[in-house]
Amino acid sequence: MSANGNSEAKTPPTKGNPSLLEARDITKAFGDLYANDHVSLSIMPGEIHALLGENGAGKSTLVKMMYGVLNPTSGQLFWEGEPVDIASPAHARALGIGMVFQHFSLFEALTVAENISLALPGDRSVADIASEVAEVSASYGLPLEPDRAVHTLSVGERQRIEIVRCLLQHPRLLVMDEPTSVLTPQEADKLFLTLERLSGEGVAILYISHRLEEVKRLCSAATILRMGKNVGDCDPRNETPASLARMMVGEEIEEIKASDRAIGPVRFQVENLTRKADDIFGVDLNDISLAVHSGQILGIAGIAGNGQDELFALLSGEQKAPKSALIEIDQQTVTGLDINERRNLGAAFVPEERMGHGAVPHLILSENTLLSTHAIGIHVSSGLVDRKKTGAYSTKVVERFDVRIPRPDPVAGNLSGGNLQKFMVGREISLNPGVLIVNQPTWGVDAGAAATIRQAIIDLASNGSAVIIISQDLDEIFEICDSVSVISDGTLSPPVPIDKTDYEGIGLLMGGMGKSETGKGGDSHAH
Amino acid sequence: MRIELEARGQPSVLMTWLSPVIAILLTLLFGVLMFVLMGQDPINALYIYFVQPLTSAYQIQELIVIATPLILIGIGLSICFLSNNWNIGAEGQFVMGGVAGSWVALTFHGVDGWWILPLMMVAGIIGGLLWALIPAFFKARYNTNEILTSLMLTYVALQFLDYLARGPFRDPDGFNFPESKIFSPSATMPLLSDGGRMHLGAIFAVVAAIVIAIMLWRTIKGFEVKISGEAPRAARFAGFNEKSMIYFSFLLSGSLAGLAGISEVAGPIGQVLPVISPGYGFTAIIVAFLGRLNPIGVIFAGLLLALTYIGGENAQIMLQIPDDATSVFQGILLFLILACDTLVRYKVKITGFSSRQTTGGEG
Repeated sequence: MSANGNSEAKTPPTKGNPSLLEARDITKAFGDLYANDHVSLSIMPGEIHALLGENGAGKSTLVKMMYGVLNPTSGQLFWEGEPVDIASPAHARALGIGMVFQHFSLFEALTVAENISLALPGDRSVADIASEVAEVSASYGLPLEPDRAVHTLSVGERQRIEIVRCLLQHPRLLVMDEPTSVLTPQEADKLFLTLERLSGEGVAILYISHRLEEVKRLCSAATILRMGKNVGDCDPRNETPASLARMMVGEEIEEIKASDRAIGPVRFQVENLTRKADDIFGVDLNDISLAVHSGQILGIAGIAGNGQDELFALLSGEQKAPKSALIEIDQQTVTGLDINERRNLGAAFVPEERMGHGAVPHLILSENTLLSTHAIGIHVSSGLVDRKKTGAYSTKVVERFDVRIPRPDPVAGNLSGGNLQKFMVGREISLNPGVLIVNQPTWGVDAGAAATIRQAIIDLASNGSAVIIISQDLDEIFEICDSVSVISDGTLSPPVPIDKTDYEGIGLLMGGMGKSETGKGGDSHAH
Repeated sequence: MRIELEARGQPSVLMTWLSPVIAILLTLLFGVLMFVLMGQDPINALYIYFVQPLTSAYQIQELIVIATPLILIGIGLSICFLSNNWNIGAEGQFVMGGVAGSWVALTFHGVDGWWILPLMMVAGIIGGLLWALIPAFFKARYNTNEILTSLMLTYVALQFLDYLARGPFRDPDGFNFPESKIFSPSATMPLLSDGGRMHLGAIFAVVAAIVIAIMLWRTIKGFEVKISGEAPRAARFAGFNEKSMIYFSFLLSGSLAGLAGISEVAGPIGQVLPVISPGYGFTAIIVAFLGRLNPIGVIFAGLLLALTYIGGENAQIMLQIPDDATSVFQGILLFLILACDTLVRYKVKITGFSSRQTTGGEG
């Protein structure tokens, strides 16, 4: 793309020119719910503009309207000062708006170039696209081999496919939805260089994130949404992460109180856990061993898709562990036991996925408590469900964990992500488990709920429980864990005390023990 | 103008019950259209179909006689469908229940004893259960598609019954007619009234509905049924075994279909014939959905579908409308129920040409 193409983007922004994209008084209602309530924002050419807000603040809704996926209920968008109704994503792309989604929609079995050609209009040959992909990826420092199959690529590489796909269409505005949530710190640094370079060429970037440090470092303007409303514009370079957080949340977040915990005997132990994945897109687990003591919180860091889900299923007993492994709860062998037998020995589990795994969306909360309590005999006697007890238990969880509910005992699907997560974690912690294993405790959860959940986990450990949290969020791991291991391609690194390491060190392990990046996928799938 | 579907936050309780009513009304509307096209007076035809059967005590009894197997089978199918097990072969399980129970009846023909009828019922239950065990086993063990296996086994069962009626079960003194001896009185269902055919099976249906309703709404097994279908991963998280649910739902519905089968043979029919069901096992699929997969709802749905059978016969006699019209009604009804179920989780919104002109603040 260096010489050809991208000519519009190189047009220098003339002084006093209108903004590239302006949203004026945009409102989007879903029934009674105002996802966006008179939101305005304007993005200048070449600007890296942050869109900040907690989960559910309305960021995605706003962006979907800019990309033609949704229509505003009222209000108007302007493209270079002219009113425009963006009717579809194709229309948005024709205007010059490109979007990199948080969740990629790629075909695992196809190559990079084939995936990109599917997303491009017209019928250009794959070979033609492949050579352009190679050219663009080289010139923007986004290393990518056009002929590699997607399923052999790391998440960071997959994200590059999406970025390159956008760049091939010479966008003038690039929208990025939480791009660093799937990257190691090192990969994120590389991404920032690419974005700064694009911005230098006049491409505007709308950068959606809740990571305030990186926003402060990268962005020169910010729009902050809270509960669908525009609550402020600022220059993040003049703010502190704390002041940005206050604007996002609207109140002070309670500081997490660390505790001096007495480390006691081992309560949960795994040795030699090896298991081949059930399907080719799963991750094989290689010889995993770990031990968690009473009072200890062990963090398992890692980028999504490196075996976390497989590991969780084996630790919880949802998946039967192979006989060659040894799993112990309080010195009792549980290798062959299922999830309920492990619960009866005092273990509790919180899966990552809320809807349909940790909770059933169309069942009321009191019924949802049964998922983890039915087998331990506190809510069910001789096969009959005691509805008084499930109701009382769920009320207790709701009160203790400050779960905000729209009506008494609503269906689980009615709760926001953060509130449902508080409910799920609260449901398990209220059982006072001796061992608690949580997969992504605060994934997609607002700051207030995250603080509540983390505090509850710390308090549980203070009372002598052993806790494992599997998390992609390094801030979280450094905030609450005593020690940390990293899972990468199904292998778990030895634990390191949290005060003996830093983001840099963990980041290297996350990227595959410092192996060369592009070679990583290939190596791991070759043997 | 554009019609949009908007997801509701909470599934509408009102619509859960209103949607079958809307489906029924739309079915009637289609009925009017159909009768007009056939050159009939639609009002008269609908009257004969849906009202006249309710005007005499005898016909109301007949309604219950036909509703009995529909309800028994429909209850079992509700449990299957709720747990995501697609048992389409209730017709075959019904037939095999009838076969097994008839074998007992014919073996002890002429013997007098209170124990014969209960033994027939048990045999009928086991017959239906074993026939349902086959697709359950293949699904649990080899992940075979149960829709195909259960459906195909229906045709095996139908042929088997046909063979028995013409061969081993045939009455040797029956002038070579393909039918068995008439069951002796101790092998016949007691009637619930004089001057009708309403029999003990109606009580079975009501008791089964109540027992299964309690199971579904009060016990942990019912909870397991509900979440196995709706959220299989959550069911695994709760430690429920997927395979045992396959067996449970198939064996339960097979048992109820088998009980319905022998009740039918020992009741209104009274002997083994080459055909013992006008498709009750298939119609019960409609009954289950129309009854919201709720055992109590199934009672009402069973009565309504029974009405289409009797109304169809009346229309055939009085208007010379072919019997197939009944199947057309049933088919349209199932189609519309499934369509109307959209309303439970979605609101229909009619918007202007450009959706941005409308305000979204409606309730």
